Amino acid sequence: MAHSKDEVLAGLAALVNDETGVPVENVVFGKSFADDLDIDSISMMTIVVNAEEEFGVKIPDDKVSELVTVDDAVDYIVSAQS
Amino acid sequence: MTTIVVTGIGATSPLGGNVRDTWEALLRKESGIRTLTEEWVQTYELPVTFAGRVKVPAVDVLERIEMKRLDPSAQLAVIAAREAWKDAGEPGDAKERILVDFATGIGGLGTLLDAWDVMKEKGARRVLPMTIPMLMPNAAAAAISMDLSTRGGARTCVSACASGTESIANAVDHLRQGVADVVICGGTESVVHPLPIAAFAAMHALSTRNDEPARASRPYDVNRDGFVLGEGAAVLVLETKEHAEARGAKIYAEIAGGAVTSDAHHITAPDPEGNGAARAVLDALANSGVTANDVNHINAHATSTPVGDIAEYTALHKVFGDRIAEIPVSATKSSTGHLLGGTGALEAVFTVLAAHEKIAPPTLNLDDQDEKIPLDVVVEPRALPDKVIAISNSFGFGGHNAVIVIKSV
Repeated sequence: MAHSKDEVLAGLAALVNDETGVPVENVVFGKSFADDLDIDSISMMTIVVNAEEEFGVKIPDDKVSELVTVDDAVDYIVSAQS
Repeated sequence: MTTIVVTGIGATSPLGGNVRDTWEALLRKESGIRTLTEEWVQTYELPVTFAGRVKVPAVDVLERIEMKRLDPSAQLAVIAAREAWKDAGEPGDAKERILVDFATGIGGLGTLLDAWDVMKEKGARRVLPMTIPMLMPNAAAAAISMDLSTRGGARTCVSACASGTESIANAVDHLRQGVADVVICGGTESVVHPLPIAAFAAMHALSTRNDEPARASRPYDVNRDGFVLGEGAAVLVLETKEHAEARGAKIYAEIAGGAVTSDAHHITAPDPEGNGAARAVLDALANSGVTANDVNHINAHATSTPVGDIAEYTALHKVFGDRIAEIPVSATKSSTGHLLGGTGALEAVFTVLAAHEKIAPPTLNLDDQDEKIPLDVVVEPRALPDKVIAISNSFGFGGHNAVIVIKSV
């Protein structure tokens, strides 16, 4: 079942929190993973792997570098579901 | 010969989350051994259902990101290292002159096994990117070096259950060779996981006293039936006496020297004649500039296995002769369980404190002492003379023997 944009955001925030300890309320639209949330590439890869399982999508490695902001990731996951 | 001193100690163990809590629980004759409550004990019908988990779980101490990025063995190492480093007064601005020499027996086995489970169940894509840096054996040494920003090298010492003691002997060498001003040494282990328990049980190395876990580790008792798996880490900060005095550091004790030998006898069984172990003791004494007659306390390896305890006694008798019956021996694994690669480091901390506080820690569960091992086993905390010269022994699968000599100051 496809998740709504808000559901993806909430799920992604939970994954980010679980991996890095960043509070879920900080994982919001407009934030950059690296610059605002201080998430490095290894944590990002782990979050991506977990997000694939959580949302039932594939995120190719060459796409990961394009997921700079929370918006990028949520938009990609929502579109990949359909 | 350059005098090497201990200026900081840290530990997290089945008895407590720091040195002071661990030592006081040891002196109160507490056991850190409990029945395991994990579901996998039943799932796999393990023949051994108890172990010594750390008293204070790492998750209560570390940040989330640290828990995610470190194998449990490295988590415990970092916790103990932070305590030791703070205790030592965070010595030295010259980070390039601070070396880490740190031990593990097995490394990140839990990480490896869990990752393999994920791969089998969910496929290669689900294997997490931190898997290799978490499972590599040098992970704990690297984690300490990074956490404390030390840049004088981060070495890893791996010699099974002799690892922790060997790391301390190495540290003395590094300091005497002048390659560092300060060395952070010790050891860690955390493999309370169904596979290692099954594997140790398969070789009949573990006690199966499932109905009395706190009474299972019983070195020298006639009814001992194997060792008890423990987990934890201990860290010592060593430096030259000159360096310590120049910065006005408190000094717990000296590490007078150490030695390492190998049996070349059998991959798991100790040499029943104790030749390799005896040579390790003799070499350590010679390396320390003391004689067998000077030794007045022993922290024995004493894992509570039927053959191991006798082999160590045989070795000690070779070195000390009949005087061995007059030397107070503490077998602290009776309280903590066997921390494998961490065990020598924890016992070194105990022996440093024994020398510092002039008190030999007790041995639990000695109800009926094996008449073939006529040692003077300390069963209640016992006062030691003002000048303590002690040895701490560790032996490991592979025929590794490591001994260090600790002197009061």
